[in-house]
Amino acid sequence: MAQAITRVSAPPPVRSEPKIKLPWPLSIYQTAVGKKWVMGLTGVALLGFIVVHMIGNLHLYEGPLEIHEYAETLRDLGTKLLPRTWLLWIMRIGLIIAFALHIHSAYSLSRMSIAADQRYPGGRNYIAANFASRTMRWTGPIIGLYLFYHLADLTWGWFNPDFVRGDPYHNVSESLSSIPVAILYIVANTALAVHIFHGTWSMFQSLGVNSPRYNHLRRYLAAGLAGIILVGNLSFPIFVQAGVIDDDGRSIVEELQHGAAEEEDH
Amino acid sequence: MSAEINLTLKVWRQAGPNAEGRFVTYEANGISTDASFLEMLDIVNERLIEAGEEPIVFESDCREGICGTCGLMINGQAHGPQKGTATCQLHMRSFSDGDHIVIEPWRATSFPVLRDLAVDRRAMDAIIGAGGYISVNTGAAADANLTPVPKETADTAFDAAACIGCGACVAACPNSAAQLFTAAKVQHLNLLPQGQAERWARTEAMVETMEAFFGSCTNHGECEEACPKEIPIDFIAWTNRDYIKAKVKNRKLVG
Repeated sequence: MAQAITRVSAPPPVRSEPKIKLPWPLSIYQTAVGKKWVMGLTGVALLGFIVVHMIGNLHLYEGPLEIHEYAETLRDLGTKLLPRTWLLWIMRIGLIIAFALHIHSAYSLSRMSIAADQRYPGGRNYIAANFASRTMRWTGPIIGLYLFYHLADLTWGWFNPDFVRGDPYHNVSESLSSIPVAILYIVANTALAVHIFHGTWSMFQSLGVNSPRYNHLRRYLAAGLAGIILVGNLSFPIFVQAGVIDDDGRSIVEELQHGAAEEEDH
Repeated sequence: MSAEINLTLKVWRQAGPNAEGRFVTYEANGISTDASFLEMLDIVNERLIEAGEEPIVFESDCREGICGTCGLMINGQAHGPQKGTATCQLHMRSFSDGDHIVIEPWRATSFPVLRDLAVDRRAMDAIIGAGGYISVNTGAAADANLTPVPKETADTAFDAAACIGCGACVAACPNSAAQLFTAAKVQHLNLLPQGQAERWARTEAMVETMEAFFGSCTNHGECEEACPKEIPIDFIAWTNRDYIKAKVKNRKLVG
């Protein structure tokens, strides 16, 4: 086959060979189709997290104690096999790796496409490309920046003066009752749903999961998942603003801990 | 019923590969609606020659939609507004009197403009050269039907083989990816028994040659819409699958 390549003269390649050829299977990641494959797989993992995270957050509607207990249950996962919070940390590390690979593959594939593409000065018509598919390179960074804010706000408590560690109900109601923060959450979660709408469909193509028998279902799945995530995630800022999720600035967890400490004193 | 229409054309003129290009406006009056798009350009060129100007350079060969030589970006759409039609099969009845038509060459870094509307598509030849064939010992022709092929498989392989290699998929792609072309050329052989011996080597070589020249597919689906042969993007998914298999399989065990 090499004989044929040398006979064809062509314009200079847009993409140069990688300087260091990594050993198999890492070499798969050095190819564009391999990167798309990694992007699809990490997308599945991240999507799974987003769905579970949204469903878990619905415990907010049960009450402050229930969501606190849910959070404690997550920390207790696998305690019969491993020390407490270890399984949670294993999953977190997995997510961090998936997130990093998702971003790195997106970044390097975008660079490759930008190098290969030339604009049409006369303008061009899009027929099949939709808003979601064309804004992936915008919704992605929006989600990344939002994720940083989200962690700093509700996990680390940097931006929340009333932050109480381990009381999600209190922190969510304190943070999202600010109108700019609620707007930020609504915008970012809309971007997330748009990203998921194209990502879910695209993932099947990238991973080569394609059969005429169920191909038509892929769009429905994408729209359904994006819709569920959108409705679920937007409900939190909206219901905090509406006063449905509100603890009047009292932290039940703090009171519980005080109560437990007082009992110990007695 | 044939009628005559008057058009205003905005055509990309570029004297050579390194020359600065620009749009030039031409009035194309009295064009028959029975003329094909390329015949319309022929008429414009004859008038340009008569006026002592340089004619517009564009490529064409068979003019019956099977060779893949022609291909123009017409009003921002590869091969123009009619679905499943190459530029040569697009007729002026698709346009109305007084229309403004913007005509540009295919644009991609690996499709450098040679002159006016003609681009260099040798990058696609390089992809074919990397494995778009089967190796057989030539000799006496084998009996017909010696190798059984299920009808459905033959149909699907034929859908892929309909690719004429015009480059509209690259032109229409916002990433300038050549996934649809490559996938069609990979799959029409990978689907058939004759293509099995070189299946994994072919997929690997053709995909990697493609990646050297073109962008990365983000599954917009523009290529499928632009394709004059309406080749579906399902072939892209199957090629992605074959590529990963090619990377993972032990060739000594699977041939």
